[in-house]
Amino acid sequence: MEAAHGHAHEHGHDHIPSGIMRWVTTTNHKDIGTMYLWFSFSMFILGGIMALVIRAELFQPGLQIVEPEFFNSMTTYHGLIMVFGAIMPAFVGFANWLIPMQIGAPDMAFPRLNNWSFWLLPPAALLLILAQFAPGGGAGVGWTLYPPLTVQQGMSMDLTIFAVHILGMSSIMGSINIITTLLNMRAPGMTLMKLPMFCWTWLITAYLLIAVMPVLAGAVTMLLTDRHLDTHFFNPAGGGDPVLFQHIFWFFGHPEVYIIAIPAFGVISQIIPAFSRKPLFGYASMVYATASIAILSFLVWAHHMYTVGMPVQAQLYFMFATMLIAVPTGVKVFNWVATMWKGSLSFETPMLFAVGFLFLFTIGGFTGLVLSITPLDVQLHDTYYVVAHFHYVMVAGALFSAFGGIYFWLPKWTGRMYDEKLGKIHFWLTFVFFNIAFFVQHFSGLAGMPRRIPDYSLQFTEFNAISSIGAFGFGLSQLLFLYIVVKTIRSGEKAAQKQWEGADSLEWTALPSPPPYHSFETPPLIK
Amino acid sequence: MTGKATHALVCALLSLWAGVAMGEWRLGLQDQKTAVGHAIYDLHNIVVLICLVIFIVVFGAMFYAIWKHRKSVGHQAALFHENTTVEMIWTVIPFLILLGMAWPATKTLLDLRDTSAPDLTIKATGYQWKWHYDYLQEGVSFYSNLATPRAQINNQEPKGEHYLLEVDRELVVPVRKKVRILATAADVLHAWYVPALAVKQDAIPGFVRDTWFRAEEPGVYRGQCAELCGKEHAFMPIVVRAVTQREFDQWVSEQKSKQAAAVGGSAVAATEAADGKGTYEQICQACHAAGLAGAPKTGDKAAWAPRIARGEAVLMQNALRGIRMMPPKGGNPGLSDQQVRAAVAYMVAQSK
Repeated sequence: MEAAHGHAHEHGHDHIPSGIMRWVTTTNHKDIGTMYLWFSFSMFILGGIMALVIRAELFQPGLQIVEPEFFNSMTTYHGLIMVFGAIMPAFVGFANWLIPMQIGAPDMAFPRLNNWSFWLLPPAALLLILAQFAPGGGAGVGWTLYPPLTVQQGMSMDLTIFAVHILGMSSIMGSINIITTLLNMRAPGMTLMKLPMFCWTWLITAYLLIAVMPVLAGAVTMLLTDRHLDTHFFNPAGGGDPVLFQHIFWFFGHPEVYIIAIPAFGVISQIIPAFSRKPLFGYASMVYATASIAILSFLVWAHHMYTVGMPVQAQLYFMFATMLIAVPTGVKVFNWVATMWKGSLSFETPMLFAVGFLFLFTIGGFTGLVLSITPLDVQLHDTYYVVAHFHYVMVAGALFSAFGGIYFWLPKWTGRMYDEKLGKIHFWLTFVFFNIAFFVQHFSGLAGMPRRIPDYSLQFTEFNAISSIGAFGFGLSQLLFLYIVVKTIRSGEKAAQKQWEGADSLEWTALPSPPPYHSFETPPLIK
Repeated sequence: MTGKATHALVCALLSLWAGVAMGEWRLGLQDQKTAVGHAIYDLHNIVVLICLVIFIVVFGAMFYAIWKHRKSVGHQAALFHENTTVEMIWTVIPFLILLGMAWPATKTLLDLRDTSAPDLTIKATGYQWKWHYDYLQEGVSFYSNLATPRAQINNQEPKGEHYLLEVDRELVVPVRKKVRILATAADVLHAWYVPALAVKQDAIPGFVRDTWFRAEEPGVYRGQCAELCGKEHAFMPIVVRAVTQREFDQWVSEQKSKQAAAVGGSAVAATEAADGKGTYEQICQACHAAGLAGAPKTGDKAAWAPRIARGEAVLMQNALRGIRMMPPKGGNPGLSDQQVRAAVAYMVAQSK
């Protein structure tokens, strides 16, 4: 950071305030990207501690550590914080850092809007934390916020609803910024089909966000008025419909899954070619596959609702549409493997995380296929099988890709190289403990253990004990990650401009490490 | 069966890995006790097997590349980056595989959702935090509560064999008969879930949704609420006891005489009628006395005649589920079905 700071002073046209005001007032995409990433990491730790409370209680049958109300509130806020506080801001952080550098722009299109998008996040996080201390404790409703249970909750529910509103506003503004930047600020000669894959995935994701965040905002606003103004949108005693909420929520919720996954695909699509020293296989089909996944994501929401008792025709439609998603997803996996095929592979930490992603995300994809089949879902819905499935997609998918991306771009961002040996240890610890924690949950779920319960019958004892051990190992391993990043920033060896032999996007070929404060003051010419 | 062989192999490997196999290490679905359950079990095996084969092929290729195409063994990168033929093939083949899976899945789903012609219909109502069962034809109804003592949950006593999956009054059904469950709820969402019988149906306040099972053999089948419903969500189990038709009939008559004894022997009929009047005066007359919100006025024979002509079952269904402006049970979910039935009977008698 110091280097970037100094550089700007050399140019002399920018007075950057020092201390905390630098970060509060900054409109620079790199500063904002950095803040997004640190915010995301602190939320990851907070959500992780909540996960460990859950796993500690589930280590043995019986109630040992927490009361059921508190347990329910932990499952709720673990989900909300990880989805809205950790994963989404992490990829917005990547977008901020990388999009201007990859398209040859000086900054994002709306720098002040960018500042506001970020600074909305801490108040939202504060509301979620405050909710824990509201009278009656945090809301114990699950991150899906299904009424009528949500209508029964105390004040914590209102704080949570406001937090969701604010997070949604932040996402929408961030998306407007990303779309505008990508469409208007590309360097001369960079056509859309020359965009690096990471930029493409964010272009598609930003459209998804703009489409669905208002839907979520509407749903939680209706909850709010149901709670306080007797509107009865979801209250059957007043002629309302609890299932309506589920339809609206999942119309947001399913695209949300891809909002998280698609930028992760983008990061992986940058890493794998770089360490295969070979261009991405099927760039065009990758773009089309990503776009079709995004479109299909709007058409499958009710596969989260097979057990509410829709007409059988509707169940058949949602089953077929959902199964269809396997086709473009398969294309992506095949393309990545084909990129590695006959490459000249090396396995530094970013590549290890990318291969780990590929391997585990595919398992999550297969369990998704199992769940898409309605008669199987009737056995598995709301069991630990679903928990295992979405952690393979969210953790082994999004989180592994974020880790890979951090290791990949950290030398560029900081101008310093991380400790390769420690990075590899971090990967292996994360990989092994992740599987110990989550693979066994498939078995608990198949045998019928419901999710969101603080206590369970004795048949599930062994798998839960294993899962808890894995979860604690996984959580502790992340402290090593923090150590590696801090060590890199403080005392890492100097990194080269093009630290990775096979990396070929603009940030590696045209900018030094670390890059100047305003990435490109004159746009590069793309041939 | 391949499924069973794979299962055994994985089991063996896992217990080897764990050092010692203690307790239950089940790796798949529970043993299914219904025809639909068997279909689901087989479907799951097929789907997992297909996924396993694809997984091995794809990652076999990846690990081959990791092994042979690495820089450290001196492999030079090839330059190809697209191949339309290959890309078409790996788009079309997965599509065909999916079609192959969709066929048995559709067949099983149609069976699963065919609730027609039941031999017995039971309404299951979820409450925070217990289940209430109404045998609609038999007139038997009761609450079913968790039977596990609190001391076991709080670790002050050793846990019993059926810890958290035991109730004070079981749901008794005849074996080999089609039992239809009407699921609903009085307060928040619940879900009626018994894995071995392959049923899971959300219980939604204001809605009556159905599912069914036909237990193949006598036995006790245990499940629990599967939709987060508040703090005691983990503590509202479901226990189904499947018995022979004779035992079932005997059980029904025992329950009926117990219920009759509870409300005062032979005076049941009279009490119910009186109850009906009471319920009507307390609740129904708010609309039905003056004919508000499109409600047929009590005593208005012309308005009631076509409704009565459609039969008691339809009247009851409308009263329970609500119709047009009328909320379920007139907006009083606390009423038992018997109370509603009595009130309906009272209004019909007044309007004939």
